[in-house]
Amino acid sequence: MSYIRKVPNTWWLKRKPYTLFIVREITCVAVAGYCAFLLYLMYALRQGPEAYAAALGLIMSPTSYVLHVVGLLFVLYHTITWFNVTPKVFVFYVGEERVPAVVVAGAHYAGWLGVSALVAWLLLGTGTPG
Amino acid sequence: MAQTIELEIFRYRPEQESEPTLQSYEVPYNEEWVVLDAINYIKDEIDGTLSYRWSCRMGVCGSCGMMVNGVPRLTCAAFLKEYYPRKILVEPLDGFPVERDLVTDMDMFVAKLTSVSPWIIRNEGEEKPLEEGTYLQSPGELAEYKHYSMCINCMLCYAACPVFALDTNFLGPAAIAIGQRYNMDSRDQGRDQRQEVIASHDGIWHCTLVGECSTVCPKDVDPAGAIQRAKLSSTTDYFKDLLMPWGRRT
Repeated sequence: MSYIRKVPNTWWLKRKPYTLFIVREITCVAVAGYCAFLLYLMYALRQGPEAYAAALGLIMSPTSYVLHVVGLLFVLYHTITWFNVTPKVFVFYVGEERVPAVVVAGAHYAGWLGVSALVAWLLLGTGTPG
Repeated sequence: MAQTIELEIFRYRPEQESEPTLQSYEVPYNEEWVVLDAINYIKDEIDGTLSYRWSCRMGVCGSCGMMVNGVPRLTCAAFLKEYYPRKILVEPLDGFPVERDLVTDMDMFVAKLTSVSPWIIRNEGEEKPLEEGTYLQSPGELAEYKHYSMCINCMLCYAACPVFALDTNFLGPAAIAIGQRYNMDSRDQGRDQRQEVIASHDGIWHCTLVGECSTVCPKDVDPAGAIQRAKLSSTTDYFKDLLMPWGRRT
């Protein structure tokens, strides 16, 4: 009779690539969490100046700073690891030559940089900061 | 004194034990030897009861895949010098039931492979009569699928896939890559037929893109890429059907 080996719950600690995979999957919690946080800010803004000021006060706390730094690291890891696998999904040919992976991934980074620059310009460059 | 290296080998003999054990063997260390040479030495010189599969010894037949220090490898391509002087742990491929020692039960894989209809399918009535010759194909059309066709069915990708280990219903990397090999062949018309299996819950959507299947593949087939591309084309189909139902494929 064949023997079936059980997979231990710690399978993802067995090899580094599995651990990095699980880290990548967990970082999506930070992405979702920050989306929820931005929605909360918009909600507070709609509630009036006092509620918004209270929300801003919350952001200025030391705990919030730490959470933001950790969140940023998680989101960066999430973005970079996903951008790096985009060449697996998007396969283009120019004539009969396949567009190199670095160009496909690079286009995503360029887009990211472009959108970030646009947001920075909207927030910092166009008007008086709040 | 001649140098030696220790191999610790997974043993399972169903007629004499209900649980597998590990057995250590000391074999001569030879820089030119691969792990398979060391296992053959054990079989010939030390312990003839050891069971394992192998055939070509040159990375073509795909029979000698085993877990070597926890990583799926073709043992004919894993040199002892990569590990020496550390000991080498040899186990059967992860995820598959073990029949005996290093021999796994491959039936599950063969069934998955067959389920994607890995042959060229033509629409009824559209098959070219023999006297009209072969279906022509440009180098560009060949390049679309050629690397998928390099698969040697060694199952290393399955052994590297934690999704398969956790749920063996998953169609798995090689079967999907081989399905894609035919889907992307300009001579084939069977994609819709294969979609029922490939785009099912146990097919591509089960994959969470760990990516190790492509890392361990000895033939650079890139099954992870095949799966992601199949996801993209299935998603495109879905939106096409949703937005342009009149253009529904038949």
